[in-house]
Amino acid sequence: MSTQPNAAVKIERLLNLVICLLYTRMPLSKAKIRDAVPQYGMTASDEAFDRMFERDKDELRQLGIPLVTEPLDVFFDDEPGYRIDRREYALPEISFAADELAVLGLASRAWAQASLAGPAAQALRKLKAAGVERDDSSLIGIEPRVRTVEPAFENVKNAVLERIPVAFAYRTAGSGEVTTRHVQPWGIASWHGRWYLTAFDTDRGAPRVFRLGRIEGEVATEGKPAAYEVPVGHEPKAMISNMAVERDPQPAVLRVRLGAGHSLRRRGRTVGADDETWSRVDVDFTDTEAFADEISGFGPDVVVESPTELRESVIRRLTGALGRAAGSEEASE
Amino acid sequence: MIAKKQAAESATDRLSRLLTMVPWLLNRQGVEIAEVAREFAVTPAQVEADLALLFLCGTPGGYHGDLIEAEWESGRVYLGNADTIKRPLRLGVDEALALIVGLRALAAVPGIGERDAVVRALAKLEAATGSAAAGTSRIQVVIDEGASNEVMAMAQQALTSRRRVHLRYLVPGRDESTERDVDPMRVINFDAQWYLEGWCHRAQDVRLFRLDRIESLTILDQDGTPPVTAQPRDLDSGVFSPHADDQLVRLALEPGAAWVSDYYPTESVEPRQGGGVEVTLRTADTAWLRRLMWRLGSQAAVLDPPELASEVQDGARQALEAYAPSTRSARSSGSTPASG
Repeated sequence: MSTQPNAAVKIERLLNLVICLLYTRMPLSKAKIRDAVPQYGMTASDEAFDRMFERDKDELRQLGIPLVTEPLDVFFDDEPGYRIDRREYALPEISFAADELAVLGLASRAWAQASLAGPAAQALRKLKAAGVERDDSSLIGIEPRVRTVEPAFENVKNAVLERIPVAFAYRTAGSGEVTTRHVQPWGIASWHGRWYLTAFDTDRGAPRVFRLGRIEGEVATEGKPAAYEVPVGHEPKAMISNMAVERDPQPAVLRVRLGAGHSLRRRGRTVGADDETWSRVDVDFTDTEAFADEISGFGPDVVVESPTELRESVIRRLTGALGRAAGSEEASE
Repeated sequence: MIAKKQAAESATDRLSRLLTMVPWLLNRQGVEIAEVAREFAVTPAQVEADLALLFLCGTPGGYHGDLIEAEWESGRVYLGNADTIKRPLRLGVDEALALIVGLRALAAVPGIGERDAVVRALAKLEAATGSAAAGTSRIQVVIDEGASNEVMAMAQQALTSRRRVHLRYLVPGRDESTERDVDPMRVINFDAQWYLEGWCHRAQDVRLFRLDRIESLTILDQDGTPPVTAQPRDLDSGVFSPHADDQLVRLALEPGAAWVSDYYPTESVEPRQGGGVEVTLRTADTAWLRRLMWRLGSQAAVLDPPELASEVQDGARQALEAYAPSTRSARSSGSTPASG
């Protein structure tokens, strides 16, 4: 057994500790635990054992194992005893029907490409551990996938759950300027494929929405858990979608080369022939910049006749593409 | 990749697996090692190492009768004497969060046939998780409609009745409208976009079709069972899976275009001096990249290959000519007389 790597010895020790503390009805003193778990017996000194035991307790608690500390003797509370509450430890007896397991499987696999992939898969295994029902998600025919490509996701999510104030460097959308923001995180939501944070901005004294992808570098915690209250009934997705300002649609007139611009023709109010090469498409749009993005993508196949604002936005992009391509090598080094 | 993961496995991760594996095995006596490995996403050798470790653990005393009994020499696993840990550990915060948030998102999907099962599973799960589920309502995933309900409903109808469909489909990267017959396999949502996956008779391969680019979908009176060789794409390696022999493209992105590196699968992303990033990606088709570069304007530039850089430039120049008053009037008076 002495040839086994340390890692395996540590797992044996932790597992024996869990079993021993679940097994006992009465809290156990440290000395008793040291006798009961053979791997502790190998430690040389009392100090080494104490340090090891402290670390082990922390690791069990990190896993969510309800390790409780109770006085060994109600009259002398100087020596603590330890045990694991069996009822608190175990997943309550729940059984799921086959169709319920199927949707749980979908919910779990939705995270397969996200930072929660591990916990999501482990959760499903725990739920399935007790039963033997087969789930057949393929019957549902729908497979959602969420991604968490934003490096800040993990820390921001934890801050939201624990209600810990945080600070981070944030790049604004328009100017690209980076400033340090101090916020009380309220919620996060994945909306149109991107993660957003809703929070109270303590410098500005007002609620704000942040895109996780624009957070640069570390997310620093600035306080203890449960440091503030979140407004009752706070709905992150409602706050985020309200940001997207609704505007009245306005008309645009485009010239679209024949055989091109299919998505524009589809949305067009009227489509008429201009000549042998061009069609004239009347189409409504709400967001000038977003529509200019789309039109610029058609390059020489779509020309904006009106309105002027849209025309200029497209010209600006194309001029930029021309300029950057020309001086690209120079600019890059 | 897998080897790297295993090397990095922490003691708590492995302990967590063992504590789940024990109840799982107790309820599946005689299960094959290969199946255990599949379920727990580890190698069969790792399963054997885990069993060998369990074999050395047990209730205080350390005598033979106190230890967990594990037997797997036949290739099938039998486990016993593990009563103290026969129940799985309660769900942790992240575990509860992943399932609950995922189920709530599913419940809001338009046209999902299993909404009733979602609601029941959610209620049971919330009851079983207790305080671990406390903050989960503030973490949300919105799976938006993305496509008209009609296309989605028809795709699902074709799926359940195993019918072939005819699609008029817009290939936006090439700005091309195409016609094809497809045997539907499933409807998936990836990065907030809905896709129909199916066997495309035109391509003779499995293809993904974005629902919002399906111009029309007709259910045909024809069996739509895909060929047995049609394998659904492994979504976990991404919807756009580049091939190793695709062309390498190097782009310089200003901060305003840095989202591109999140949106498309990249080979590498490096910060550039003076802000922005330099990304490398692989692609078989550069048409979509040209379009992307026109759209990004001064926010992006092609560093490599030079041919692509000049294509972007030529296209932009040609497009701008249409806006120059002199050339435009010259053209309209030149080719055909204006009809009206």
